[in-house]
Amino acid sequence: MENLLAFIATRYIYIMTIILMMIGLYALIAKKNLVKKVIGLNIFQTAIFLFYISFSDVDGGTAPIFLPDGVSATYVNPIPHVLILTAIVVGLAITAVALAIVVGIYEEYQVTGEDGLQEVMKRQ
Amino acid sequence: MNAVISQLPPLLIVVPILGALLALLLGKWKRSFAYPITLAMIGFQFAVSLVLMESVMDGEVIHYYLGGWPPPLGIELVIDSFNSFVLVVILALALLTAVWAREGADLDIVPEKRVSFFVVFQLLVTGLCGMAVTGDLFNLYVFLEISSIAAYTLVAAGRNPRSLIAGFNYLILGSIAAGFIVLGIGYLYIATGTLNMGELAVMLPAHYGQATVYAAFLFMMIGFSIKVAFFPLHLWLPDAYTEAPAAVTILIATATSKVTAYAMLRVIFSVFTLQYVTESFPVTELVLIIAAVAIIAGAVLAIAQDNLKRMLAYSSISQMGYIMFALGVANQAALAGGILHIMAHAVMKGCLFMVAGMIIYRTGFTAIRQLSGLSRRMPVACAAFALAGASMIGIPPTIGFMSKYYLVLGAVVAGEYLAAAVLLAGSLLAAVYIWKVIEVMYFGDVHDEDLGGGLEAPVSMMVPVIILAASCLLLGIFVELPLEVVGPAAAMLLGGD
Repeated sequence: MENLLAFIATRYIYIMTIILMMIGLYALIAKKNLVKKVIGLNIFQTAIFLFYISFSDVDGGTAPIFLPDGVSATYVNPIPHVLILTAIVVGLAITAVALAIVVGIYEEYQVTGEDGLQEVMKRQ
Repeated sequence: MNAVISQLPPLLIVVPILGALLALLLGKWKRSFAYPITLAMIGFQFAVSLVLMESVMDGEVIHYYLGGWPPPLGIELVIDSFNSFVLVVILALALLTAVWAREGADLDIVPEKRVSFFVVFQLLVTGLCGMAVTGDLFNLYVFLEISSIAAYTLVAAGRNPRSLIAGFNYLILGSIAAGFIVLGIGYLYIATGTLNMGELAVMLPAHYGQATVYAAFLFMMIGFSIKVAFFPLHLWLPDAYTEAPAAVTILIATATSKVTAYAMLRVIFSVFTLQYVTESFPVTELVLIIAAVAIIAGAVLAIAQDNLKRMLAYSSISQMGYIMFALGVANQAALAGGILHIMAHAVMKGCLFMVAGMIIYRTGFTAIRQLSGLSRRMPVACAAFALAGASMIGIPPTIGFMSKYYLVLGAVVAGEYLAAAVLLAGSLLAAVYIWKVIEVMYFGDVHDEDLGGGLEAPVSMMVPVIILAASCLLLGIFVELPLEVVGPAAAMLLGGD
């Protein structure tokens, strides 16, 4: 039991990430509204970003800023931060395209939900 | 090595991206400028890829450190016999598709969108090149996403409103897949602290037993399987291929799916190595079973279709099973067959989708039963379809026969006789769905006499089709040519060097 508590206490950030990821996946799969699916996608991606940021952390580390000679400091691993900066841009582009498609679907069929979409398709 | 050649890998990506911007700006000013620039850029990429392949034929490997930063800090571009071959194949297909799209794009793209269509088309091709040349896992993800986002946009760009729904579903599944891949990359980074593929291959063996590496492998495999549309993760594919604009279907069915398959093979064999997938974490047997199911299920579903493009889409699922099959057998002959099949399937499926597009362009027919007697109206197109179809079935001496021959050979060498039988059954089923079309085309009655003859498509669409149909035959006859590159590439993947 103590082990479990210690496990949760030291790794709670990963558990939070997993919960967040599952919320995102649930929204992607279960929500009928296309805009909510896009929101779910964003939550899913954010969970991955948080995962990267949390594993780059170092105990007592500070921001990785270039220091003058003779000064030293423990700093967190900057590479995952840089990677996630790129991934955020990718996520932004995906969201933009997804929302543009949703707008296109709405203009074409006047619906934003999967249910309504299926009805419209059947009528055609 | 020549100093100029060593500078070519980054130019392959940088120049066309700038070219796409230029096409966008000039296209805003005058619409007719966009297409020639796109064509010139893809032509440039194709020329560069030929030079690169020629210079790595002797087993030499080109390493280029972006910005002069050596790995693990910097991003590395690597050109070896495997990816230079993939580059040449996809760029040849992209070039032919671009030629085809000069008039073929009018079919689904409204004139106001023509400029943006070709700009995004260019970005898709460039993203694929980036995936092929990069030696850095995260960079692979970024290029994968560049090409995927371009593909989502292109799929949804058609006149047909259903393409929007297909594009949206493709986007959702593709993004989940990308999320899984980037998670897997994160786990590998946790385990080793590097993202460079070459360094990962050296450092990973020490961590083979770790759960982190298992998780990384599984996440990446599932992610790539969705992107490649391996059965049963193919659900986005039939709609996307059927509803997308004709030119886009050709491009994503040939170039995109092949580069993604390349990336998957590269990750499995160059990052995790053969020893990992056969000994530490034996998945090859499972992959073989899934591949066999994919081959049969894809072909059976293809037989059941009435829409020509949808039938070809299901056939793609079946054919991707063949490439996965090579992965499951994982010996020299099978892997050579699999890599050869990457090229063979790109060539023949490109040809088939081009003919399907031409039929829609000229007649508007999408259902197979409507094609009755079409061979008298479009003799050249139907002949090309028959030839590429024969290659799809695997009738000698076409390229489709050669790739399947090596796959069967590999299976027999490995003692997987049942699997070899599945391959042959897959070919038999392919004969059924291809014959269904050919029978209607050649032996069906002509219904509306007033449509008249001479429906043959414009020259700019005809030339790529003829080139591809001829290559189905010629590459099969002169199979030593591609084998010269494919053999060493397969050996390299298996850890020969």
